[in-house]
Amino acid sequence: MSKSSASTNGATLWAKTPKANAELFSLTYGSLVTEVVRDADGNVNEINEQLEKIGYSIGIRSVDEFLAKSNAAHCRSLQDTAQVLGKTAFKMFLGIDCDVQILSPTTFSLIMQENPLYLFVELPENYKETLQYAILYCGIIRGALEMLNYKVECTLVKNILKGDDVDEIKVELKQILQDGAGDDYKED
Amino acid sequence: MSNQPLLFLIVGSNEPLYEAEIHRRGSTGTSDAVARQSYFVVHSSLDLVESAAWLTQNMYLKVVDKVNQQYVSTFLTASNIKFVLLHGGRSEDSIKNFFYEVYELYVKLSMNPFYHVDTAITSKEFDRRVRNVARRYLA
Repeated sequence: MSKSSASTNGATLWAKTPKANAELFSLTYGSLVTEVVRDADGNVNEINEQLEKIGYSIGIRSVDEFLAKSNAAHCRSLQDTAQVLGKTAFKMFLGIDCDVQILSPTTFSLIMQENPLYLFVELPENYKETLQYAILYCGIIRGALEMLNYKVECTLVKNILKGDDVDEIKVELKQILQDGAGDDYKED
Repeated sequence: MSNQPLLFLIVGSNEPLYEAEIHRRGSTGTSDAVARQSYFVVHSSLDLVESAAWLTQNMYLKVVDKVNQQYVSTFLTASNIKFVLLHGGRSEDSIKNFFYEVYELYVKLSMNPFYHVDTAITSKEFDRRVRNVARRYLA
């Protein structure tokens, strides 16, 4: 799948999907984060972990919707997956254009110039360096790719809220899982 | 134009949430006694603010109190947060514009999920922006 067809596909899909108010989206996520922060009582690692888990649940569900709605061709390599993820999927669901950077045969980076989640958000001093607000995206990517049998690890490398100029998510392929329904269903 | 510094306070339901002392270019900082008197004047005018609030439908309450040579102007937000400005005589228009600009900044701040309404405002960004606005309209 070529780069340009992935992005044009993304643009047409974005035009077709029903839209939600950006402020509602951002404020809802903001209040979700505040609740998690309140529950976690200062433990930033726990906050990040919770947000990632929420993203994971979103990811495992949205991948089906994505595959049903888009006519993305079969991906022949991780590069193709990266392009489809960054250009088509992110564009379709969030309307943001991601830059895709291939770092190695098993790693790639998604770079976002702006992030709709960050509308009105300013991190308080005590969480500025440690709270990974956009870790939701990492969870979504991890969940979606796991449903496709890719076990990946996603990290938030650069963070606009911390002061960097872009958001960067690094995705690293760990393992390709075997298709199967599990041991319980093994035929003898 | 008087030489006295401007004191801008945002007062919530119980206590001040934010304060900024705005100096005119070139002037030195205020002495302790003057600063304390400024706070006293502002806080004693809060009662007058409350009574004036019931008399008008506007958010901008203009000059609410006058002590010696100092005037207290107030702006009341929709959620009953008071912006109070202690000054030594400025045009009504420039103060009104100043208040409206700060109101916009305040609304954006209150949309921040990490800021709880009616708590102290500690954001440095907000402080920086308010001072910029003050310099533009009041210096």
